[in-house]
Amino acid sequence: MTGNDILQIVLYFGILLLLAKPLGVYMARVYEGQPSGLDRVLGPVERLFYRICGIKPEEEMSWKKYAGVVLVFSAAGFFLLYLFQRLQGLLPLNPQRFAGVSPDLAFNTSVSFTTNTNWQSYGGETTMSYLTQMAGLGVQNFVSAAAGMAVLVALIRGFKRHSAETIGNFWFDLTRSTLYILLPLALIYSVLLVSQGVVQTFSEYQTISLIQPVTATPSPQFFPRGGEDEKNTLAPQGERAGERVGILVAEQVIPLGPAASQIAIKQLGTNGGGFFNVNSAHPFENPTAFSNFLEALAILLIPAALCITFGRMAGDMRQGWALLFAMVLILAALMVLCTWSEQGGNRRFASLGVDQQASQLQPGGNMEGKEARFGIVSSAIWATATTAASNGSVNSMHDSFTPIGGLYPMMLIQIGEVIFGGVGSGLYGMLVMAIVTVFIAGLMVGRTPEYLGKKIEMFEMKMAALVILIVNALVKIGTAVGVVTTAGTSSAANFGPHGFSEILYAFSSAANNNGSAFAGLNANTLFYNTALGIAMFLGRFWVIIPVLAIAGSLARKKKVPASLGTLPTHTPLFVALLIGVVLIVGALSFMPAWALGPLAEQLTGR
Amino acid sequence: MSSKSKHRSLFEPTIVKKALWDSVKKLDPRHQVKNPVMFVVEVGSVLTTLLFVHSLLTGKGEAPPSFILQISLWLWITVLFANFAESMAEGRGKAQADSLRKTRREVMAKRLEKPAADANVTQVPSSQLRKGDIVLVESGDIIPMDGEVVEGVASVNESAVTGESAPVIRESGGDRNAVTGGTTVLSDWLVVRITTSPGETFLDRMISMVEGAKRQKTPNEIALDILLAGMTIIFLLVCVTLLPYSLFSVKAAGQGSPVTITVLVALLVCLIPTTIGGLLSAIGIAGMDRMIQANVIAMSGRAVEAAGDVDVLLLDKTGTITLGNRQATEFLPAPGVHVSALADAAQLASLADETPEGRSIVVLAKERYELRARDLHTIGAEFVPFTAQTRMSGVNLDHREIRKGVADAVEKYVRNQGGTFPPAIRQVVDDIAKLGATPLVVAEGPNVLGVIRLNDIVKGGIKERFAEMRKMGIRTVMITGDNPLTAAAVAAEAGVDDFLAEATPETKLKLIREYQKGGRLVAMTGDGTNDAPALAQADVAVAMNTGTQAAKEAGNLVDLDSNPTKLIQIVEIGKQLLMTRGTLTTFSIANDVAKYFAILPAAFISIYPALGALNIMGLATPQSAVLSAVIFNALIIIFLVPLALRGVKYRPLGASMVLRNNALIYGVGGLLVPFIGIKLIDVLITAMHIV
Repeated sequence: MTGNDILQIVLYFGILLLLAKPLGVYMARVYEGQPSGLDRVLGPVERLFYRICGIKPEEEMSWKKYAGVVLVFSAAGFFLLYLFQRLQGLLPLNPQRFAGVSPDLAFNTSVSFTTNTNWQSYGGETTMSYLTQMAGLGVQNFVSAAAGMAVLVALIRGFKRHSAETIGNFWFDLTRSTLYILLPLALIYSVLLVSQGVVQTFSEYQTISLIQPVTATPSPQFFPRGGEDEKNTLAPQGERAGERVGILVAEQVIPLGPAASQIAIKQLGTNGGGFFNVNSAHPFENPTAFSNFLEALAILLIPAALCITFGRMAGDMRQGWALLFAMVLILAALMVLCTWSEQGGNRRFASLGVDQQASQLQPGGNMEGKEARFGIVSSAIWATATTAASNGSVNSMHDSFTPIGGLYPMMLIQIGEVIFGGVGSGLYGMLVMAIVTVFIAGLMVGRTPEYLGKKIEMFEMKMAALVILIVNALVKIGTAVGVVTTAGTSSAANFGPHGFSEILYAFSSAANNNGSAFAGLNANTLFYNTALGIAMFLGRFWVIIPVLAIAGSLARKKKVPASLGTLPTHTPLFVALLIGVVLIVGALSFMPAWALGPLAEQLTGR
Repeated sequence: MSSKSKHRSLFEPTIVKKALWDSVKKLDPRHQVKNPVMFVVEVGSVLTTLLFVHSLLTGKGEAPPSFILQISLWLWITVLFANFAESMAEGRGKAQADSLRKTRREVMAKRLEKPAADANVTQVPSSQLRKGDIVLVESGDIIPMDGEVVEGVASVNESAVTGESAPVIRESGGDRNAVTGGTTVLSDWLVVRITTSPGETFLDRMISMVEGAKRQKTPNEIALDILLAGMTIIFLLVCVTLLPYSLFSVKAAGQGSPVTITVLVALLVCLIPTTIGGLLSAIGIAGMDRMIQANVIAMSGRAVEAAGDVDVLLLDKTGTITLGNRQATEFLPAPGVHVSALADAAQLASLADETPEGRSIVVLAKERYELRARDLHTIGAEFVPFTAQTRMSGVNLDHREIRKGVADAVEKYVRNQGGTFPPAIRQVVDDIAKLGATPLVVAEGPNVLGVIRLNDIVKGGIKERFAEMRKMGIRTVMITGDNPLTAAAVAAEAGVDDFLAEATPETKLKLIREYQKGGRLVAMTGDGTNDAPALAQADVAVAMNTGTQAAKEAGNLVDLDSNPTKLIQIVEIGKQLLMTRGTLTTFSIANDVAKYFAILPAAFISIYPALGALNIMGLATPQSAVLSAVIFNALIIIFLVPLALRGVKYRPLGASMVLRNNALIYGVGGLLVPFIGIKLIDVLITAMHIV
């Protein structure tokens, strides 16, 4: 670790925590219908929208109704997005005249974007028209994030209310999340990104002559996705690079598009679906160190602020800070470890006599798969932040990290996307973990456990167990199927423990709705499009339903006033216990898989 | 239930012997399936046994038969150990039940035609008595069934139920009219109306509770069960998917062999929370057992558990917070009267007063002014007893008429005699009342001599007890029929958080409802019929065994000692029960880390030899590593049986402190202990050349 590494990490968390509080308080005001400042401008728009759609925002919903509406809304989004992709050849704003997307890929992508996963089996600039990107994917970037936030707000209401049958109105929560929070933030971000050179245009792709023509060196095995698209856009997929043997490249097609607006929301809404195939490693998506910092910050901004929102809405700010600190501690630890591991260098390079020491002339470390303009620490910060939050955008290729360096991002996903996690979904997942912690800790102090004055009983435990179980099962069973079927193994670019990691990572990412790819896996096959699509679907909605059930059950309960016998849930001790439960319940069960993947790879030095 | 049985040693040979046999009988899968964690272990045991047989017969099993056999044996032992823990807990209950059952023998009852002692008697076996029958019980008879005294008064030996050999008085009307079947009338006779049907008597319910026959899982136990089942499924998935993972890895590495079913089963059993799963029912039964040892009968397991959650304790002032009676603490003479004259008159007036207050006046006069108690007959005095009309008592002695009583009554008496009631005395009376004490005015003829102050005496140590309660987060509320002034003073002295003065059954009920509306759990004790509504409303209701049938029906716990302070102990037992579950769960889960480090390298070393680096304990061979982990997993259950039966020690500290201590001991301890334990077992079995 260099001084620069430490400085960047401290700066990152410092600014994040600084911004979390005002944004969190603002969001609480938005959800509680208090004056937030923006309501003077946006209030009329909001009311007009309700009138047009026939929504009565004050109409309260039971948890079952709320869940039903979430499902119907998401289903509608899914079908619309599916149609957009299938029919894009017939629709306008398609300067590259891309044909309709294949059924399995369209299915996968639609599930992916409506579940806030943004797993991409496609390359954006070679598959999707501008219209599909903006009106299809872009819309889901907003509303899938807003739906997650709405579910969280419903859960918070469950804690807050007592002896109540309802948990709020989904349409109200969805509209407010989008209109008051995501849209204004995305607008600010788009402008900032454009100022850094991120493209925002409807014009078609540009072709230029290379100053120095190159011959693409054929790689018999695998040609990583990273950085190749600029040199040759004729090959639609990096994975098919094997077909490009012996091509002399004299000109370059430069893909363009309305990228800045898309990138702003993909970072803010923990979506992560890049406009271009290489995501934020692409110079038009993430051109400068400053844009990189802004985008990395955006990954955690709303998830961090939502902790404050939770504290404020629950009437005890300390509760929110406690959860936020638990998240920060776990992420900071893994971020430092990841940086340390990457800065330590690549054993293969070392055996070739490559100097990997950080010096005045070079950042040192394992630069394989990383952008030279970002270096080790910016890549490690991004890699851990994007997997902690279920964002999934990348600015470097996780596949090319050292085996242990790549384990940390994978670990953060497998913990269950509760360390920051997706906007809304991360915190409701963390609250489920807090409920489990409170249950065990509550027993240890000899009292029926209670969290924020609500008794945690049989029903809550049943639902909490379901939440943890479902995602866990999806990852394990999915990976098991992936490694024993030819359809599964043939997509892996590498065999051996690394191939195992690639498949494990894909199912972890999909089931936990992260969406980042380890890369190295050709996911655009019938098997993966379908299997990962199912994992994403179940990983999202079969978690939302038990979470809303908990919200409904909590809302019905009486509030128990706190006494000295009540387990305090804002103390360092509770934070430590919560971290323990998150690590043990979330991650312990993956230890055998780590042993056969990253650990075996690291220890054998393959 | 003799006093000996209350201190039954933890491993009494007769119970252990029976428990050993019972633990084999409990291998019945129909029994095991009720406990998902242990059921999985049993299925694993059967599976490994079959693998052993297969390996033995074909000679080409997945592992050497001796290895499979040893794993299999230890898995069976794991199940047996868990069964043993449960049987031990049940055995202790059964022993108690057996001694109770002895008292429930068939007796001949004297059934009466009508509720009168002189009515016609028919001899009927007690089993044929029905609710509503009237029976006569005479000196030396055993009361055939639970009932209510409708006529008569008698002394009854209830030691069969309470273990207390001093006889108690049972009489018709009032709060002492309940009799329990199986107890013996020592003197006089009673006419009893039977209030229960056969098989539903108090004794029957006690027996079924302690035996655990009617034991249902409590809500909290079910919630924990769900968590444990969830974890079991997760670890089942871990092990099931590990087979395909290792198949892939064998192909990928081009060497080694996939993980064997035997090792997978071993891993599964080590990972699932067997420690807590195996001890869970023992903990529950032992909690009930501890209640019984405290001489409290829980009518449901739920009540025991709820006791740990209590936020508010409603305690009767008299008998619980204060000694049953007020005591004279000071003589305050009227102007112009010498204090010794007052003391003398007060003592004379109280000589024949057999109430504790009266006696305390005699004692105070003797101690403070060296006035020896005199015998009324020798001095020729005539005692004037207290009546509801005069509200005074006293003596007539050589034309002296000495009276003592409440101020109003004495004032009336003095005026009738042509005297005046000095304003200074009125002032003193008011001052005493304001301070929460009771003033008694003493007068001789028309002259007021002065005032005796009677104080409530707060029980020694009770204030500290309440301070402990406060630390535990429990609010104590004193219930009294006194006026608010008196109540406030006693409340302040005793250190309770709040009080309810001038309490009536209605105000008690209202108070409980108010607390419950605020989300609090309320516990109270009561004995009278008028307590029954409040008892029925309270979450934890302790009825005194001396109380009426109605009170006992309404309560969910019955205190055989009829000691109102018992409530505090009940709360502690309830908390202890939950804590034992929580700490063992934490311990069980924390254990998994070390077990991974033992089994994972052993399972995969043939595929990736480099994974030997994970063998941080330096276990001898892959087989010894797996076996050591399984043996540790089984032994830890038996090591923790005493803890499960006794319960985690409870100290009245705040929740944070308790949590910190337990998290350190059972969480961090749970992480470290298995590393040491597994290593030791490995050294041992390697030295013995077992594997």
